[in-house]
Amino acid sequence: MNRNIARLGMAMVVLFLILFAKLNWIQVVDKQSLDDNPLNTAQVRRDFNRPRGSISTADGALLAQSVANPDASSEFDRMRVYPEGDLFGHVTGFFSFRFGSTGVERQYSSELSGTTFNQQVRGFSDLFVASENVGNVTLTVRKDVQQVARDSLGNRAGSVVALDPRTGEILAFWSDPSYDPNLISSLDKTVSETAWKTLNAAPGQPMRAHQYQDRYFPGSTFKVVTAGVGLESGSVTNTSPSYPFVSGYTPKNTDLAIKNFGGEICGGTLPEILKISCNSAFAEMGAETIGPVDMVAGVARWGFNDVPPIDLPDAVRSVFPTDVGNDPPKLAQSSIGQNDVQATPLEMALVAAGVANNGIIMKPHVLLEVRDSQGNVIDSYKPGSWLKPMSPLNASILREDMLGVVAGGTATGIQIPGYEVGGKTGTAQLGTTPPRSHTWMIGFAGPPGQPATVAIAVVVLDQPATNEATGGVIAAPIARAVLQAALAAQAGR
Amino acid sequence: MTNRRNTELGLMLLVVFITAGAYVLASLGADAQIPANVVPFLLIVLGLLVGAHVAVRKLAPNADPILLPMVALLNGLGYVVIAGLNEKLAAAQASWTAIGIIGFVATLWIVKRPRDLERYRYTFALLGIVLLLLPLVPGIGKSVGGSRIWVSLGPVNFQPGEIAKVVLAIFFAAYLADQRELIATSQWKVGPFRLPDPKYLGPVLIAWGFTLVVMFYEKDLGSSLLFFTLLLVMVWVATQRTSFLVIGSGLFAGGAWFAWKSFDHVQLRVDIWLDPWKDPSGSGYQIIQGMFAMAFGGVTGTGLGLGGNVRIPAAENDFIFAVIAEELGLFGGALVIMAYMLIVGSGLRIASQAEHAFDKLLATGLSLLVGLQAFIILAGVLRVLPLTGVALPFISYGGSSLVVNYVLLALLLRISDQNVRKAQMPDAAAIVAR
Repeated sequence: MNRNIARLGMAMVVLFLILFAKLNWIQVVDKQSLDDNPLNTAQVRRDFNRPRGSISTADGALLAQSVANPDASSEFDRMRVYPEGDLFGHVTGFFSFRFGSTGVERQYSSELSGTTFNQQVRGFSDLFVASENVGNVTLTVRKDVQQVARDSLGNRAGSVVALDPRTGEILAFWSDPSYDPNLISSLDKTVSETAWKTLNAAPGQPMRAHQYQDRYFPGSTFKVVTAGVGLESGSVTNTSPSYPFVSGYTPKNTDLAIKNFGGEICGGTLPEILKISCNSAFAEMGAETIGPVDMVAGVARWGFNDVPPIDLPDAVRSVFPTDVGNDPPKLAQSSIGQNDVQATPLEMALVAAGVANNGIIMKPHVLLEVRDSQGNVIDSYKPGSWLKPMSPLNASILREDMLGVVAGGTATGIQIPGYEVGGKTGTAQLGTTPPRSHTWMIGFAGPPGQPATVAIAVVVLDQPATNEATGGVIAAPIARAVLQAALAAQAGR
Repeated sequence: MTNRRNTELGLMLLVVFITAGAYVLASLGADAQIPANVVPFLLIVLGLLVGAHVAVRKLAPNADPILLPMVALLNGLGYVVIAGLNEKLAAAQASWTAIGIIGFVATLWIVKRPRDLERYRYTFALLGIVLLLLPLVPGIGKSVGGSRIWVSLGPVNFQPGEIAKVVLAIFFAAYLADQRELIATSQWKVGPFRLPDPKYLGPVLIAWGFTLVVMFYEKDLGSSLLFFTLLLVMVWVATQRTSFLVIGSGLFAGGAWFAWKSFDHVQLRVDIWLDPWKDPSGSGYQIIQGMFAMAFGGVTGTGLGLGGNVRIPAAENDFIFAVIAEELGLFGGALVIMAYMLIVGSGLRIASQAEHAFDKLLATGLSLLVGLQAFIILAGVLRVLPLTGVALPFISYGGSSLVVNYVLLALLLRISDQNVRKAQMPDAAAIVAR
């Protein structure tokens, strides 16, 4: 009988090995496709039922938190709520069991749920303390400044990005149209799906964070970049060249002139042409004084054609055409921010910040710090530089020139008594019948004689506009109000 | 053989440590705190397992040292997982574990020699048939989840089929030990085939027929498959005639086809097995959720107490393996599979070392019961075979199954103890044999 007992043993081993093989198949080979199956809610349910930390602004406003689900019959124990509604929708993003997550909710998901390596190690040492191992995230954005940005933009489509040029901390990050993350994050399938459909069909794409996910013609604000590239290339200084006083500039290979607004005659040295935003002079500077090779290489050092290292998901790059080598008309138009040049509001704020911060562009970021449930800081953002487009000397020259634009040029509308303010207006023409433009203002402000503490970019989209002054008229009050709010907040800090 | 007992004690203490550790980890995972009752828990586990060990030391000092710790590990793991799913069930499971260990000790104490059981073979046969028929008796039988396998006697609910498994295994072993020579040598010529004479197989076939009919009536396919395979393999081991396996497999294929043709619930099981995705939120829901859970666990698992991301019907019972594989991953799942291989292996080694045919056949049958039952439910959960609900031995929630399996374990250890004792006293054994 023993022979058959041994055979039986072998048979049982084979049977169990088949089970083991199938277990491998399910848990290893087929894991991904099972995990990705639309019917599989394991991941979402785990994320939803796991404790998740709160998100707050630097000035203490609560932006997102998890609360107990009042519906006891629901399969979810917790729900995510956003007390500020649409004010910070583009910053926090949403956290939905049907549509995943965006914004800070996605970028700092591990920190919020307490699953980073650091937090796990800390959690291990805290084994004997009854506490939730979540991270509460504090952001650099401020509700007071954000609210001013929103109120002053009003119900016009556009973006406001304000940041601290010394650190890259983003202080205000508003764009209109925005959206309320509460609805998409709702546990009610119908509410969530209806909100998703409505928002996707809504004009202006409210769910897109236009501040860093949409590109617009930067218009004359781009002249700051052209000037910076010119200074850094050595071919442009504050005293030479002095550009001819003309009503338009005709590049090589074409008969079409790039005209100044209203056919005005302008020209002169860099401080003079920046002050009045002289198209003909900057077109010639880009196309001839600097030339295609230095221009394309130079704008890359300002961050064009590159994705900014902001700590938010799905940032887009700003673009400057690279096929301008044998196309002087295109290069000339691009040098004044027209043609194929497109920039995000974030990028233009970084341009102003680079000028203000001795030619160093810091990495833009929204995370200030992560705290544990007892309030101890367990992680904080370490500021670092992203790009160095200019030497400190050239940066100080360009800074002075931008102060001149505010003191007596197109940007007088952002003067703030008691502070040094520099800026540049922009009016990017979209069409002439009827005349409509994106109106811009970029700038910086700080206490006199000290490095600027706030840099800003404001764009108001698709405004009726006829001349270069329009940017100063429409965008300047917004920029001024937000700069003032940010300066006041910093003074009070 | 105190060496064996010291090995067992060491392993038992290790199991106590692992179980208590897993219990604490599961609580940390679920609620981020040490369970308040960890000290009493530790003492109870220590008391139960060391108690069982002391009983073996006293009553079966030469028994195999691996089986009890292995079973205790599965029992402990099952408890921790059940506790994570439902605290009330966990409390009940703890009581059943205590009763199971009492049953284990009592069996070792009452059954001094395996062959004591051999004498009562027809009593066992009768008892087995009565137990099988009990759920069909109006008034006390209960239908739960489509299967009529429960009996309710006053406050006591139990599944008599679980007890019948062991009782009938004893009868099969006794009968086959007695008649195996006759069955093996008898011939019944049907055309070119030389079949065993049916008259010697009669009682066995009658018992098997009962199980089959009753099981179909009670809609308990898993147990039916278990009984059939148990009987077939025991006959094959006893007679050493492979023709039985061939004939049996043919019978099985015919029976399966007939069942598939005649019973809607069998057809449904097969359809779900072939394509659960046809009705993922209905009939295929349980098996699909089980696969989601296992896939979600991956290689390393979500961690004890961090499972339950997928809601699986009957997670504490038929599908408990899916929860283990979710929380402990491929490592944990492989551990469970290996534990069953070790239990079956140890049991079959005991069988091959036994001298008497009855002991051999009983040890074979009991090992097969555990191994086969584990295989049937694991294969169902893993979609290797159509799902037929049976309990995962020693792990699933359920009193009847747990207590009966502890009794089964005691019988195996009793046979093991006797093997070694006889080997140590060859002269005495020789005298007895003469």
